[in-house]
Amino acid sequence: MSEQVLLRNIDNPNGHKIETYEASGGYQGLRTVLRDFAPDEVIEEVKSANLRGRGGAGFPTGLKWGFVPKDSPLPRYLCCNADEGEPGTFKDRILMERDPHQLIEGMVIAAYAIGCRTAYLYIRGEYHLSIDRCQQAIAAAHARGYLGANILDSEHSLEIHIHKGAGAYICGEETAMLESIEGRRGQPKLKPPFPAVAGLYECPTVVNNVETLACLPHLFRRGGEWFASIGPDHSPGPKLFGLSGQVKRPGVYELPMGMALGEMLEVHGGGALTGKFKAAIPGGVSAPMFPRSAFDVKMDFGSLAAAGSMLGSAGVIGLDETASIPVVARRITEFFSHESCGKCTPCREGLTWAAKILRRIEAGQGQPGDVEQLEMLCGGIFGNSFCALGDGAAWALGAALKHFRPEFDALIAAHSQAG
Amino acid sequence: MSDARSLADIKSDLAAQVQQVMTRYPTTRSAIMPALDLAQQKYGGVDGLTYQAVAELLDVPEIWVFEVASFYSLYDRAASGRHHIRLCTNLPCLLRGAEALMMYLQQRLDVGPGETTEDGRFTLSAVECLGACEQAPVLMADKQYHGDLTAAKLDALLASLADQPAEDLS
Ligand code: FES
Repeated sequence: MSEQVLLRNIDNPNGHKIETYEASGGYQGLRTVLRDFAPDEVIEEVKSANLRGRGGAGFPTGLKWGFVPKDSPLPRYLCCNADEGEPGTFKDRILMERDPHQLIEGMVIAAYAIGCRTAYLYIRGEYHLSIDRCQQAIAAAHARGYLGANILDSEHSLEIHIHKGAGAYICGEETAMLESIEGRRGQPKLKPPFPAVAGLYECPTVVNNVETLACLPHLFRRGGEWFASIGPDHSPGPKLFGLSGQVKRPGVYELPMGMALGEMLEVHGGGALTGKFKAAIPGGVSAPMFPRSAFDVKMDFGSLAAAGSMLGSAGVIGLDETASIPVVARRITEFFSHESCGKCTPCREGLTWAAKILRRIEAGQGQPGDVEQLEMLCGGIFGNSFCALGDGAAWALGAALKHFRPEFDALIAAHSQAG
Repeated sequence: MSDARSLADIKSDLAAQVQQVMTRYPTTRSAIMPALDLAQQKYGGVDGLTYQAVAELLDVPEIWVFEVASFYSLYDRAASGRHHIRLCTNLPCLLRGAEALMMYLQQRLDVGPGETTEDGRFTLSAVECLGACEQAPVLMADKQYHGDLTAAKLDALLASLADQPAEDLS
């Protein structure tokens, strides 16, 4: 087992307390930053460590921070995206429940780098324990001088407020999340302008994921070089993977990126629940699935993209031989259809339609031409929806049709023969 | 919900906390979600009178409040039972038997998804991923998660909740 960085306090029942956190080196990264780094140097260090966002898109974090205009007279905001909602994804919840100070310290560092004094932590409303623990962590950090005015006697000041989500998956999309903090329906906005230039309240805003921010204390305590030395060059740093579905040992695992999908499932996940694996989804349900024949794909941003999928939220879902791919495809499509915010037609109408066809096939009412119809719908949605929700949905469904077409055909044929 | 309460009651119930919440944001509109949440914690749900109260407390148009309340699924706009059971039916849970458990709960409680039992004890909902897929199949009963569910565990849970008063809804 490689060194546990993000999860080092995970089994400690007091892992959420500030004393535990400090005893394991907590807030040393922040001290180092405030003592030795100018804000620009923080950004440079994050760039050279090549920290890439852990929320789904894998965008380089330092680069994102660098887009915040230096000369703007407006306040800058930092928003932490803790609206985890992609099925198969639960890593951020584990971090917030068990070791929330990593996140708080990371937010203070990020806020320093971009010159922000007010930050919002957007947590999904179902996560009551995460909300409680983060609230306690914020209060404890305040009491110790890590938050509030003149942090550790520096010029840097920061307040963090929790904004509770209320059950809308789309609020994980950054512009939708900002709308939600502004008190509106969480519907995505057209980019550009990008949030870095005109985000929350039209002010420069950085949106980062929980795990991304939780990496920062370690990066600064142990150095960017140490960080960059973990995992492959292009995807360095500690990484959390959530294993779920039909694996023997579901859970959150900290592993370097670049490990083969099959190894992750067999060695860490303990193998298939029954028989063998048939397929796996590598990064939450919007990431196209791989059949077992492709299990040697490496679990990092670049390799997965090259193989026609994505690391996404790194929520790995194992499907064993008992899984019916048409059922899986139906459930994924229903999810996205349900969670479509309704703003754009291809996503709103297309996904409703696709889900209907998939339900029909499953119920034994499939018709010849249904698969072609679904393919046509995927083509019509992909690239034409307003935000990534429609793309993800179409992409995921497309992969199920491509790799497991005979399963769909068999269901449809059984009906045609019966009829 | 706000049944017997008047607009004035709701406003005075919520005023202090809403004032407090408003200080976190540069615009009052941002306080709509937290204000609805406070109302829901207090009354178990939100309705027309609540929207009006929130709108007046924040001095924003009532339609802004309604837009928000109707968009987000966690605001209960219909009366729910004393205990709300939200069973996840998304993929990782489905792969570990969530659909069968949903059938089982429907039979045990004699309600369909989204409905409340006749005695008003339980509301049952099918929900999307609860973000606890490592414990699949999972449900959320009021504010508590219960994972690695089996029919036997559901029986035990229902029995333990049946005589419990609705917990503090916060
Ligand atoms: S799918 Fe049920 S908790 Fe994630």
